[in-house]
Amino acid sequence: MSIGLGTARETAGAVRRGELTARQVVEEHLERIAVGDGEVHAFNLVLADEARAAADAVDHRVAAGEDPGPLAGVPVALKDNLCTRGVPTTCSSRILEGWRPPYDATVVERVAAAGGVVVGKTNLDEFAMGSSTENSAFGPTRNPRDFTRVPGGSSGGSAAAVAAGMAPLALGSDTGGSIRQPAALCGVVGVKPTYGVVSRYGLIAFASSLDQVGPFAATVADAALLLDVIAGHDPADSTSVPNPPAGLLAHLGDGIEGLRVGVVRELTEGVDPDVARRLQEAGDALAGAGAKVDEVSVPATIHGLPAYYLIAPAEASSNLARYDGVRYGLRVDGNDIGAMYGATRAAGFGPEVKRRIMLGTYALSAGYYDAYYGQAQRVRTLIIADFEAAYASFDVLVSPTSPTTAFPLGSKSENPLAMYLSDVCTIPSNLAGHPAMSVPFGTGDDGLPVGVQVMAPSLGEPVMFRVAAALEKAAPA
Amino acid sequence: MSEQVGPSGEGLGPRRAYETAPGGDGPPAFGEEPGLGPRRAYETVVGLEVHCELRTATKLFCACRNAFGDDPNTNVCPVCLGLPGSLPVLNARAVELAMRIGEALHCEVRRSIFHRKNYFYPDMPKDYQVSQYDEPINVDGWLELPDGSRVGIERAHLEEDTGSNRHVGGDGRIHNADYSLVDYNRAGVPLVEIVSRPDIRSAEQARAYVSELRAILVAIGASDGKMEEGSLRVDANVSVRPAGSDQLGTRCEVKNLNSLRSLGRAIDHEAARQWELLQAGERVVQETRHWNEAQGRTVSGRSKEEAYDYRYFPEPDLVPVDPGEAWRDEVRRALPMLPAARRERLARAAGLSPAGVATVVELDLDTLVLAAISAGADGRRAVNRAANEVAADLDGARRLDPAAFTKLLLLEDAGKLTATQAKQVLAEMLASGGDPEELAAARGFKAMEAAEVAAQVDALIAAHPGEWERFRGGDAKVTGFFVGKVMKATQGKADGRAVTALLQERAELS
Repeated sequence: MSIGLGTARETAGAVRRGELTARQVVEEHLERIAVGDGEVHAFNLVLADEARAAADAVDHRVAAGEDPGPLAGVPVALKDNLCTRGVPTTCSSRILEGWRPPYDATVVERVAAAGGVVVGKTNLDEFAMGSSTENSAFGPTRNPRDFTRVPGGSSGGSAAAVAAGMAPLALGSDTGGSIRQPAALCGVVGVKPTYGVVSRYGLIAFASSLDQVGPFAATVADAALLLDVIAGHDPADSTSVPNPPAGLLAHLGDGIEGLRVGVVRELTEGVDPDVARRLQEAGDALAGAGAKVDEVSVPATIHGLPAYYLIAPAEASSNLARYDGVRYGLRVDGNDIGAMYGATRAAGFGPEVKRRIMLGTYALSAGYYDAYYGQAQRVRTLIIADFEAAYASFDVLVSPTSPTTAFPLGSKSENPLAMYLSDVCTIPSNLAGHPAMSVPFGTGDDGLPVGVQVMAPSLGEPVMFRVAAALEKAAPA
Repeated sequence: MSEQVGPSGEGLGPRRAYETAPGGDGPPAFGEEPGLGPRRAYETVVGLEVHCELRTATKLFCACRNAFGDDPNTNVCPVCLGLPGSLPVLNARAVELAMRIGEALHCEVRRSIFHRKNYFYPDMPKDYQVSQYDEPINVDGWLELPDGSRVGIERAHLEEDTGSNRHVGGDGRIHNADYSLVDYNRAGVPLVEIVSRPDIRSAEQARAYVSELRAILVAIGASDGKMEEGSLRVDANVSVRPAGSDQLGTRCEVKNLNSLRSLGRAIDHEAARQWELLQAGERVVQETRHWNEAQGRTVSGRSKEEAYDYRYFPEPDLVPVDPGEAWRDEVRRALPMLPAARRERLARAAGLSPAGVATVVELDLDTLVLAAISAGADGRRAVNRAANEVAADLDGARRLDPAAFTKLLLLEDAGKLTATQAKQVLAEMLASGGDPEELAAARGFKAMEAAEVAAQVDALIAAHPGEWERFRGGDAKVTGFFVGKVMKATQGKADGRAVTALLQERAELS
């Protein structure tokens, strides 16, 4: 069986009107997963039976004359660091072996309440630490555009699932670029909302002050559709903002006439020439659509990468302490409690996770705290101040999402520093807590997708989406 | 921050009476032991850390029940088990109780943040404890003891409790256990840790401090005050120094002090141990020591090779707590009268010293006594009857009709009942209620006529000329001899005060 499917919005519309059943939609995508995922490995777990049951429930509601909601019958893939009740949630780590959360993440509840159908849990770099989805205990995900290339990371599975058409929508998490960079490398749209716009309850923490859940979609409008569903205050997350932006979809077509767009100089230097060329074209296209485009300097962003690699590991070293073999997940026995802790964590965590736990433990140590963690927090303050200065003159800022297109599998695995540089353009928005998104904009010399990053001030999602929609419209075929 | 605790009317409930702090049941003072130098050659310096479990309906960061004694691991949820993905939400009621503590201890109550204190231990679900570090909610206060001395309060901060472990096999400690069981019911229970300055100079003062602090915590509804259930836990930082020195010595932190008695004994023992080391030319090693109640000594706790670096950093899952002036005012206004002020009030009414009325206030009998005094009863007698007879039957005290208590005191004041008779009537009122006048009548109680008493006194003077001479010579100790004889002869029906007055009168006349 094969059915013609449009965007997620169109699919939901068709299901709501009864023109298409959710069951047909889910079967189509399960089929695509069955055919394609052997090669891509976007999914850690496909929830075929659960998805069919959820789809049938949607269809019953339609048949009963009810409205299942804006995601009616639309398959959604979940990054496997989002808790799903009774369903294994692994973070692509051995340490969580056998653990089934007793609860759903708030975003998972929201997706289901909107009629979305969860089709599976997607692969990631272990605990979201990485930029290629190669640091997974279950093996790498491949880029659907070129199986020899990485999909980016850490939300590589979600990006690949959308790029391969296995799910029209997916959720990821972005701590330093983990949604935007894989979106760019796979040629899809990926959004990191303002910190606090989407609840983190049920997102397994990597670095709590930076983590944010966000959508993947094939189009800007579909990304807005999903963000509208998952955004909202959550009393279970103390860092959730009281009045997040809503109704993003409604203003996508408002145009960008007169908007001031800044091209961030520091984030454009040192990127591959073909990527830089695409950014230049993107700027020209925005100017052509009526925006005022200028170069702008945001000097402190050059310190983003080192600050991030102190703050994120420091928080991670604490967040990941609980994986100790006492309560859940893997336990490797030892002669005493210390030996059990050591053996469990040695066997359960992969090398990148261990590296970051050690970095973070060191950065927080007595005598080093101020020089490392304290200093990094001061840099963070500087970055926010520099962004604010730029936003006094600009509505949005743009840069490349990633300095390169998708790189070959294995090419950076032995060189953590080279891998870390993949996130140089995306990290500043996480440190500032600002929204940013990646929109596909043509390809590089290798024929692989290039992404343009649109950044906005805190809670500036509406203007950010308008610019993204304009870029999408102007993007080379 | 969301209010997630039970009904806001969660009241203060009945206050509980508890053990008072008798002095002098500790070990013999160190200097009295042979060969250890003169008494008080050294000064003991103590700072106390008191962990107070707050009496909230729910835990600090989740909606689980805050209760003692339930089946293991029944009051747990993803948050207090620290399950992956869970996040804390601060309990507003716990903040309010912490603010009450701050106000009651004359602290500056201010904007605060939470930190994570990182260390691995199986009773801690996240392997870090959410606590407050360099920006606690309460700083710089003081506590006044009944004797008028003041102990400085450095800070009183909010934090979450840990679960509890039971190590099975071995010596009951984790390292030699066959296996260990963990109960997370207590994990996430709100605590306020009250840290005193090292202003305490003796075991007795330490006990008075804890006793007074407990009275305050109970009075303001912050704690149930039950040391035996661990709702109040005390650690003592003890050091010694030569008497007269103003330098602080190296301290040891003594843990496992489950009662006021343990606290006093442990401080005396630990101070003596340290002084003995110093006298022998050795050093005190800064360490944690555990009080062993059975052996009556402190033993070295965790070895310092495992010295912890807690890697404190601001808790990113919580936002700063800024109570604001309005909330602070509200809390300040809602504070009940504290024990020190109640002692002051009663002392003034009774014409006694605050220390003299401490027991009555501690037992929550001051309202009863004040009512009697304001109805005209003698203050000293009212306080004595409450502190002795009423205190001996606290269950009965709850049923005691204040008007009947007042009436009894007025009968005694008027000389219509002797002290002995009044005590018997009061005991009966406590046991089963009733009107004092009727009870006295039923027992045939009636104070003796003055003439009858005078006859007894004169007979005694005649029978004991030697004692009488001594009395006349100003030897007040003989008063008791005469009073006792009269009481015996009259089977307690004479009024002791009247007898004394008669003796004085006869002495002056003769």
